[in-house]
Amino acid sequence: MAEKKGKYTTVSIPVTLYNRIKKLIEGTGFTSVSQYVTYVLREVVAEHEQASQEEPFTEEDKERIIEKLRKLGYI
Amino acid sequence: MVSRPHGGRLVYRVATGKRREALLEEAREVPRLDVGLERAIDLLDIAYGAFSPLEGFLVQEDYISVLEDMRLHDDTPWTIPIVLDVDPAEIPGVSEGDDIALFYDGKPIALMRVEEIYGWDKKRHAQLVYKTVDVNHPGVAKTLARKELLVGGRIDLVGEPPNPFEEVTLWPRETRVLFRERGWKTIAAFQTRNVPHRGHEFVQKAALTFTDGLLVHPLLGWKKKGDYKDEVIIEAYKALIANYFPKNVVVLAGLRMNMHYAGPREAVHHAIVRKNFGATHFIVGRDHAGVGDYYGPYEAWDLFNEFPDLGITPLFIREAFYCKKCGGMATEKTCPHPPEYRIKISGTRIREMLRRGEKPPEYMMRPEVAEVVLKYSNPFVE
Repeated sequence: MAEKKGKYTTVSIPVTLYNRIKKLIEGTGFTSVSQYVTYVLREVVAEHEQASQEEPFTEEDKERIIEKLRKLGYI
Repeated sequence: MVSRPHGGRLVYRVATGKRREALLEEAREVPRLDVGLERAIDLLDIAYGAFSPLEGFLVQEDYISVLEDMRLHDDTPWTIPIVLDVDPAEIPGVSEGDDIALFYDGKPIALMRVEEIYGWDKKRHAQLVYKTVDVNHPGVAKTLARKELLVGGRIDLVGEPPNPFEEVTLWPRETRVLFRERGWKTIAAFQTRNVPHRGHEFVQKAALTFTDGLLVHPLLGWKKKGDYKDEVIIEAYKALIANYFPKNVVVLAGLRMNMHYAGPREAVHHAIVRKNFGATHFIVGRDHAGVGDYYGPYEAWDLFNEFPDLGITPLFIREAFYCKKCGGMATEKTCPHPPEYRIKISGTRIREMLRRGEKPPEYMMRPEVAEVVLKYSNPFVE
């Protein structure tokens, strides 16, 4: 699927949910339903991304790094 | 588990072996752009992954997004624009798609693929990043003095500026391995550009009570006049750690990174960078990365609330003071006594005492730390 261009796009949510959120954010720092939904989604997406972590270096790199850390007295 | 790199992937753009040889050869043939130490330090931070996910200096789309929304174009939080400024006369005939060689002190240190050359509004940049256009702000003064165009594009590091602190310099891949070797799963990082006083020690130990380890991470790089010199900070911390922390709970590592004095935005930036080093928690103190009275003392704390997806937990620890009634360091949350019992641990006052050659009282600064500072005829940046 082609990536969306531009700064914002529209996502549909049920009107009932919209109304609940609108009520929920009254008196909070959130100024719109969109702002709240963006906040919550970023939190959820980050959690999922965190779960799929991979090592950022190879075993060979690791051995070299351990050698350097030993020389510097860190381990 | 240490933190996942920011943006999902730890960047490593340090050319080695045959690839480095080839790039060095190319550097002799392509247009040359000389850069100063600050840009050279940016290059190190990009290449070694401290600025992951950045792979180079920002292109316009990311620059505008960072400036206006504090996020890269792909929505990843990023609060300080990392940009390369040039005068048009420095890159005659260079156009988008060309490679250029970045030289520092007469030697090639990086190859850069020019993806974009664009103009910028320095005043707007200053207003959004520093929340002021007052030229007395060191970050604003620096911004307004920068050159007319920005060049964005990916870099490959082929050389490095000399490093006087080689023995205490670690990069993200190294701290990540180190934390694993020590069996640390939770790491609190402490950013500093000061020698430690008792207030700093208090917040570090407060963080250590619920993390496996502490990363003391002083900035080595450009600082404003009157700040402590890099070597003084490193030596002072060595004295503190040797005398007042248990063995193997602290890693002291210098970070070659420029200070911007951008207050709240820079506090978030500092957290992002420490996430790349593997830290899971980041201590955000009073007036973090601030200067003068440009930012409220706890303004940075509010900005963190705009980033639920930062991926590192900020630790908001109030300023500590010495309470004569408690007989020790305390904060407003832990001490019930009235102001007459409380002594503020003022960094400015300590600096004044040290400048006069006086040792601050022990409730302000550990004697071993003060002795290190007083060994230097001038411990401050001129």
